[in-house]
Amino acid sequence: MSYPVQQMIVMTVVTFLVRIIPLTILRKPVKNRFVRSFLTYVPYVSLAVMTFPAILHATGSVYSGAAAFVVGIVLTWNRASLLKTAAGCCLAVLIVEWLI
Amino acid sequence: MENKTEMESANLFASGIKDGIPVGLGYFAVAFALGITMKNAGITPLQGFLISALNNASAGEYAGVTMIAAHATLLETAMMVLTANARYLLMSTAFALKLSPKTKLWERVLMGFDLTDELFALGIRQKGYIAPKYYFGMMSVAIPGWAFGTMFGIIFGALLPARIVSALSVALFGMFLAVIIPETRNSRVIAVIVVCGFFFSWLASVLPGIREISEGVRMLVITIVISVIAALVHPVEEEENKA
Repeated sequence: MSYPVQQMIVMTVVTFLVRIIPLTILRKPVKNRFVRSFLTYVPYVSLAVMTFPAILHATGSVYSGAAAFVVGIVLTWNRASLLKTAAGCCLAVLIVEWLI
Repeated sequence: MENKTEMESANLFASGIKDGIPVGLGYFAVAFALGITMKNAGITPLQGFLISALNNASAGEYAGVTMIAAHATLLETAMMVLTANARYLLMSTAFALKLSPKTKLWERVLMGFDLTDELFALGIRQKGYIAPKYYFGMMSVAIPGWAFGTMFGIIFGALLPARIVSALSVALFGMFLAVIIPETRNSRVIAVIVVCGFFFSWLASVLPGIREISEGVRMLVITIVISVIAALVHPVEEEENKA
């Protein structure tokens, strides 16, 4: 089995189990306060860590990546939808890269 | 009676499809960008289609693809995907409480398979118990949108001008921001941990000695350390359903 295929299987199995285990086994809310707190914070930290500084190196230049980051934060701060935010970030990159 | 029940369930499925359309369109666009990232990691269109159809997870897939590109070990990938998807443990728990005790096991498993941020939000918005048929209706639009978006991104991403590809590659980060930033307005703790996440992730990427460690492991360690500290220093409120 090739390396990407092995990795695909690992990703799929992990993702699937994370989603279905509580749904099928847990019929009551998590009681432990530390575990609940940890589970509450993990999504925000992991997404923050994956976004920055990766966004700076995703585009043709650090400046356009930084522009997308700032525009994304301003838009989402003002509760723009997922689609509008994604479009706004892309537009910011286009404009900055056209200017420089 | 029999006919009436059948009609009701057909209506539920149809209304799920209807609510799923904007989600499916948004998924298509974001998945297209994810496809471009996958192509750069050496993933074929068929592999990308399968990853997306089977995973239905933007952050999880992005994390996994980052690990593949970095030639990480299977264990490292498993840990990173687990971290990126850890929020689903919480969502799945909350979702379980919105299901009728009569919900069958296969229905729970099938809904769990596509428990995404957006479908979770739409499902949880329903009054009373979530009807599995309604959820399946949404899934029937969301999954193809996500999977075909990824495949087309891998195939056609290369044909697009460099500038367009450069612009599209930030779409996924926009989606991540759309999940985290609105909550920073409601919670000071979340605002602090998000800023810490940005800062320490950047710091780890520039500090000599630390920046040589693989990106995935860095992300994993930072996420766990910040979340543990936040959970110890500022545990969430006790069960809010006391009232």
